[in-house]
Amino acid sequence: MKQNINIQIVNKPLSIDQCYDFIVDQSCGGICLFIGTVRNHNKGAEVSHLNFESYTSMALKEMELIASECIEKFQAKKVAIHHKEGMANISDIAVIIGVSCIHRKQAFEACEYAIDQLKSRVTIWKKEHLSDGSYWINARP
Amino acid sequence: MKLKCFGIAKDIVHSSIIDIEAQNIATVADLKTYLNTQYPSFKQYAAYQIAVNQALANDHQKISAEDELAIIPPVSGG
Repeated sequence: MKQNINIQIVNKPLSIDQCYDFIVDQSCGGICLFIGTVRNHNKGAEVSHLNFESYTSMALKEMELIASECIEKFQAKKVAIHHKEGMANISDIAVIIGVSCIHRKQAFEACEYAIDQLKSRVTIWKKEHLSDGSYWINARP
Repeated sequence: MKLKCFGIAKDIVHSSIIDIEAQNIATVADLKTYLNTQYPSFKQYAAYQIAVNQALANDHQKISAEDELAIIPPVSGG
């Protein structure tokens, strides 16, 4: 992995401080952190918790590629992408994207790009547990 | 021919890895035909893709038992 990229998929609580400490850079005036958390409802149903599963080796490669794209497209200095695996309770952190850039505009853009790409490309799956059953998101007919 | 299964695919086949007879399976399309026949539940769910050696593959791609194969349902991380 490149020195300016930090990618993790872990079955333990994610650390905002760890992401921040990695991306902070003396040449940067803008740091953008996106923190995705588990909400207690979806489409009108009450959610009790989530489970994340990943094809970890493939997912790590794709996350690293997305981080590299942030550096190429938005001149990001450092990028951290951390994702939770296993069970996640309401309000737990599911994902953290951290990007440092010279200016804020690029930091915002890179951060949004990274989370959008992660959601559409990375081999991670989310199972939602409701009061009346559990479902893999995006898998229903 | 071993096949890793994730998400809804794991629920459908009731296993995180299945070992299938490789005879008559030369391409990704052949593998999908086999899966849809063997596990009709796949047809009820959103289209899945096949990853060959950790890269998404098109239907024409040739496969063998030496490849790392996986069923990739629609992703939903984040």
